[in-house]
Amino acid sequence: MMSPLSTTARVIGRAAPFPGETAQPLMGCRVRAGFPSPADDHLDVEIDLHAHVVRRPAATYFVRAEGDSMLGDGIHDGDLLVVDRSLEPLPGRVVVIAVDGEPTVKRLERRGEQTFLVASNPRFAPIPLAGRECEVWGVVTHVLHALPGGEP
Amino acid sequence: MIALVDCNNFYVSCERVFAPRLEGRPVGVLSNNDGCVVARSNELKALGVAMGAPMHLLPPAIRRQAVLLSSNYALYGDMSRRVNLILGEFSPDVETYSIDESFVGFAGFAVDGLEAHAQRLRETVRRDTGIPVCVGLAPTRVLAKVANHAAKKQAAYEGVCRLEADGPATRALLASLPVTELWGVARRTAERLALMDIHTAWQLREADPKQVRRHFSVVLERIVWELRGRPAIVLDDMHEPRQRNMVSRSFGRLTGAFADLQEAVRQHAARAAEKLRGQGSQARAVMVFLRTNPYLAGERQYRNSVVVPLPSPGDDSRELLEAASRGLAAIFLEGVRYQKCGVMLLDLVEADRHQLSLLAPRSEVERGRSQRLMATVDRLNREMGRDTVRFGLPRRGTAWALRCERRTSRYTTRWDELMRVKTR
Repeated sequence: MMSPLSTTARVIGRAAPFPGETAQPLMGCRVRAGFPSPADDHLDVEIDLHAHVVRRPAATYFVRAEGDSMLGDGIHDGDLLVVDRSLEPLPGRVVVIAVDGEPTVKRLERRGEQTFLVASNPRFAPIPLAGRECEVWGVVTHVLHALPGGEP
Repeated sequence: MIALVDCNNFYVSCERVFAPRLEGRPVGVLSNNDGCVVARSNELKALGVAMGAPMHLLPPAIRRQAVLLSSNYALYGDMSRRVNLILGEFSPDVETYSIDESFVGFAGFAVDGLEAHAQRLRETVRRDTGIPVCVGLAPTRVLAKVANHAAKKQAAYEGVCRLEADGPATRALLASLPVTELWGVARRTAERLALMDIHTAWQLREADPKQVRRHFSVVLERIVWELRGRPAIVLDDMHEPRQRNMVSRSFGRLTGAFADLQEAVRQHAARAAEKLRGQGSQARAVMVFLRTNPYLAGERQYRNSVVVPLPSPGDDSRELLEAASRGLAAIFLEGVRYQKCGVMLLDLVEADRHQLSLLAPRSEVERGRSQRLMATVDRLNREMGRDTVRFGLPRRGTAWALRCERRTSRYTTRWDELMRVKTR
């Protein structure tokens, strides 16, 4: 007899790649002292992905990524990026930045005293920020990547 | 204290947010269909291009050098909505005055920290939307408008200018400001003021309010009081025939019924259309806005606005009502109780200066017929009382072919037109 087909799941990393963000379980309820209210089961509203992803609506923009040089950061060609303009462009964050008037996606990296724009494709050398005409446009907070069957 | 927050070269600034390469270049935004310049970057102003100039009359050298874009009302409307959302974080009292201007009331705020508060407001709008704004702070709207003008013209203010009712700065500014540049003072009024030897805003401030009322109007008297630092005007007093035309009103009681809002929006649109024809103008776009009562604690809050472009400049009530109704349907949210809604006609053009386009949806004969009909409607309403003749809901889906081949993407309102960013 053959054993039933099985798939083993392996933990490959945290689902929330952004440090500082508190992960919220999608299901479950908060533990509370005292008697639970019988109404708790009826309080749930539909889970709103937009509200989960868009923290500051006035400052949040959706943009489309082009090219595959940020694959290592999880950004594929054609992916939808959620960009929050209100966040600080700290080292380690992925940003949309206009370099010589052209909007691009890069990761900010601090190396010694200098800040660099880094692509995850090693073919592209890090670009030092100093002495360049560039302006950070916003911080990429999420990537929406469609798998086969999920494309619009 | 009240602040006037005004976006700098708003349409051009919106375009630059999504196309950073336009920074520093002469950029103009053209009206749809008739191709007149409705917004200019400072660089284009410096080239001597006037507001309202038809594109085909611009010298070839300027046309080569400048970036001329069709108006992208979907984008401007959405960016305006975002700016107002942010203003709402700085005070519950935000009054939309135009697509690019809002009054923000600071009654009850500590007077000392207001400039810093305004500076934070300015930085937050810039950070979150990319739009540069200037803030004029003063005890009245008319003075806030003067302060805003100064903040925009004089770099030393760093975008925020505060004027007190009295003081050397106020006096110096008003004394150097010709009455023609004062908000709410029409050119003809200014000419008559000149005959009375009133040339500057300061001289008008010093005039006897009673006399001003007798010789001119209640509105001009109110402007005198406002110049002296006493709040007196209501926003609907201050329509600027050359640029915009607004009708808004608060509901007697809060309402969540779509029918109530539709009725109000149609009334406002009809009234605005009447004002528009009264001054011989035509509008290029209609803006609809609505909001809840921000002072009611525990009440679900909502504020939104939308801009509906017209296929060609128009003053036909039916066309304007149809556009306003479509706008309302797009932003109406079920389950909140509204306090106020309004209709604003944007980017006005003088009716006789408007050139007919080959692509205009209606024929010359139809246009003439429509003009006669509207003139009759206005006369009946004037002579027999407002709303003697009213409009039903016009049919949907009239010819909607905007000529806008130079329009940029609708970056924030269409999935298939999002800004594209390269990864390398």
